[in-house]
Amino acid sequence: MGILEVKNVNKRFGGLQALGDVNLSIEENTVHAIIGPNGAGKSTLLNVLIGKLIPDTGSVMFDGQSVLGRKSYEICQMGISRVFQTPEIFGDLTVLENMMIPIFARRDGAFQMNAIGATTGEKDVIEQAEHMLESLNMIDKRHFHSAAMSRGDKRRLEIGMCLSQNPRLLLLDEPTAGMARADTNNTIDLLKQIKEERDITIAIIEHDMHVVFSLAERITVLAQGSPLVEDTPDKIKGHPKVREAYLGESA
Amino acid sequence: MLGLNKRDFTLLLIVVALAMLAPFLLNPFPEGSAMAQFNAGYPDLMQKFVIYGIFAIGFNILFGLTGYLSFGHAAFLGVGSYSCVWMFKLLGYNVMPGILLSILTSGIFAYLIGVVSLRRSGIYFSILTLAFAQMSFALAYSVLSNPKFNLTNGETGLQVYSNDPQWLHSAGKPDLPHLFGLSMRATHEMQLGAWQFQFNVGYYLCAIIMVLAFYLSIRIFRSPFGMMLRAVKSNNTRMYYTGLNARPYTLAAFVISGMYAGLAGGLLSAVDPLAGAERMQWTASGEVVLMTILGGTGTLIGPVLGSGLIKYFENIFSKINDSVLHSWFSFLPDGMEDFMVTIVHPFVGKGWHLTLGVLFMLIVIFLPGGLVQGGQKIRGLFTGRTEAEQAQADANQSTPAE
Repeated sequence: MGILEVKNVNKRFGGLQALGDVNLSIEENTVHAIIGPNGAGKSTLLNVLIGKLIPDTGSVMFDGQSVLGRKSYEICQMGISRVFQTPEIFGDLTVLENMMIPIFARRDGAFQMNAIGATTGEKDVIEQAEHMLESLNMIDKRHFHSAAMSRGDKRRLEIGMCLSQNPRLLLLDEPTAGMARADTNNTIDLLKQIKEERDITIAIIEHDMHVVFSLAERITVLAQGSPLVEDTPDKIKGHPKVREAYLGESA
Repeated sequence: MLGLNKRDFTLLLIVVALAMLAPFLLNPFPEGSAMAQFNAGYPDLMQKFVIYGIFAIGFNILFGLTGYLSFGHAAFLGVGSYSCVWMFKLLGYNVMPGILLSILTSGIFAYLIGVVSLRRSGIYFSILTLAFAQMSFALAYSVLSNPKFNLTNGETGLQVYSNDPQWLHSAGKPDLPHLFGLSMRATHEMQLGAWQFQFNVGYYLCAIIMVLAFYLSIRIFRSPFGMMLRAVKSNNTRMYYTGLNARPYTLAAFVISGMYAGLAGGLLSAVDPLAGAERMQWTASGEVVLMTILGGTGTLIGPVLGSGLIKYFENIFSKINDSVLHSWFSFLPDGMEDFMVTIVHPFVGKGWHLTLGVLFMLIVIFLPGGLVQGGQKIRGLFTGRTEAEQAQADANQSTPAE
C-alpha cells in the first residue's frame, strides 16, 4: 500500500481521452518519476493528484484519505506540497518573508488574525526561516527582493518553502524546465540532499532524462494517457516498449 | 517605540506634528493679502483633510496590501454617516455613540458585501463592489425614504428635527454635535500680527482619531497579518498551495477598511449633522481610489497626502473665478490679459477637475508610486542614491539587529 494510490482514473476533455484507466502507486519514502512524451497526460495526472481536476471516474487516495473534491489548501494541509513548472513564489516579498509564510501557515493553520504584533517580534518564526535558508545556502540573500533572483534561486526558494511545511509528499512539476545546466545540477543536488536528510516521498514529473535518472528510484512511463510500464531506472532504460514510445528508435 | 521600528515611529511623529500644527501650516499667507485665498487653514476644510485621510488610509489597507480594488467604498462612508445621524436623532447630540455605531454598522455592512464580492477577484470584484455601492445609493436615495419607513430621508438628507426623541438630551447641553458638552463648532481664534489661526474642536477630534487610525494602519502593515495580505497580492496560487485559504484574509482586510470608511462617514456627520445619499455615489468611491493612487498605493503616508491634495484642489482651485483671474493678470496689456484668462479659465473654478485629471495622468505616467515616490526621487537627488538603493537601504534598516 503506497502513500499515494491512484485507481482507475479516467479523464476526458471533450473528444480527447487525457487519462485512460490510470493505476499508480507511489511507495512511501521513494523518489518516483513520471515520464512520458508530450501530450501523454503527465500534467493532467498531476492536476488530478492535487485536486485541481476532478477525474470522471476513479479514486486518488493519500494515506487512506481521498483527495478528490478538496480545496488546494486542504490538500496541502494533508501533507502534499507542490512545486510548479514556473516557480511560484511571493515575488513582492523578500526571501526571508517568503520563507516565513509557510512557517506561519504550519503554526497557525488556514487563518489566523494576527494583525497587531510586529512581524519582527516573531522570533521563533524568523529563526526557523533563517535555519531553512541556511540549509539552502541562501542565508546571504535573505533581504533580496525575491522576484529579482535567478530562476535557479527562485526554484531553490520554492522547494524550501514547500519543505517548511513538513510535507509527506512533495510533487515536482518539471523542476528544471528552462534552467541553465549549472542550475539544473544544483537543483538535483538539493533534491538528493533533501532525500538524505528527511523522510519524504518525492513524485517528480520531468522531461530531462538526466534529472530523472539521477534521482528516481521508480519510474512510471505514461503514453497516450495510460501507464506503459513501471520499473526501476535501469530496467526502464533498456525496455523496448519505452524506447519505442518515448525515447524513439534512435535512442 | 509603541511597537514600531525607528522609521515608522518617525513617520508617526511627522503625521502627529502635521495634524496638530495644521492650523498654522495651512495658513502661511497673511489675512487680506492676495495669496490669502490659497490658505486652507479654516475648520471646514481641515476637517475634510483628516476625515478623507482616514477614509483613504482604510482603503489603502485593502487596495494597497491585497490589491483588491474596491469601487464601492463610498457605500460604507454613507452607512457610517447615516448611523451617526440616527444616533443624534435617537440619543442626543453627543458624537461618541454615533461614531461607535457608524464603525459597527459599516463593519457589518462590509462583511455582508465582502462575503459576496470576494468570491471573485480582479475586475469582477471591482464591478461587484461598484454594483453593491450603486444599489446602496439607490436604496438610500429613494427606496428607504418612503413615508411608512423613512430610514434615509431621501433627497433632503437625514437630519435631526425638533420632534426627534433624543432620549439622552437634556436642557443644558449644546443643541449641536458635541463631545461631552464641548461643541464641535467651538473655535478659538488667534491673531498673530497679520495672520489669523483657527483652532476648532471638531478638527482636533478628527485629527486625533486620524492619528490613531494611522497608527493602527502602521501596526497592521507591519504585522504577520499584513504580510499575509501582501502575500495574497503577490501570488494567490502559492498562498493556496502553502495551505492557506486567502478568502478569510481578504475578507478581514475588506471589513477593516470598511470600518475605516464608516468611521470617516461618522465623523463627517459629527462635524456637520446632515447625511445625504450623494455620499454613497460612485464618484465618491472613485475619489478615494484617486486619493490612494495619487499619494502612493501601498505606502503608509501616501493616502493621507493624496486625500489632502484632492480636497485642497476641490476647495481652493474651485474658488478661483474669472474676476480673480483678471486681478492676477491685470498687469498685462488688455488683449493679453483676456487671452491669459481664457487660457487658464478651463483649469480653475468649476473646471478644477480638469487640472486634477491632468495632474493624475502626469503622476500615474511619471510617478507610478505616487507622491511618495516623488518624495523619494527628491531625496535621491540630495543623497545621490537611486530609488532602488534607497529602498534596499530602508529594507536593511527596518530589520532588527541579528
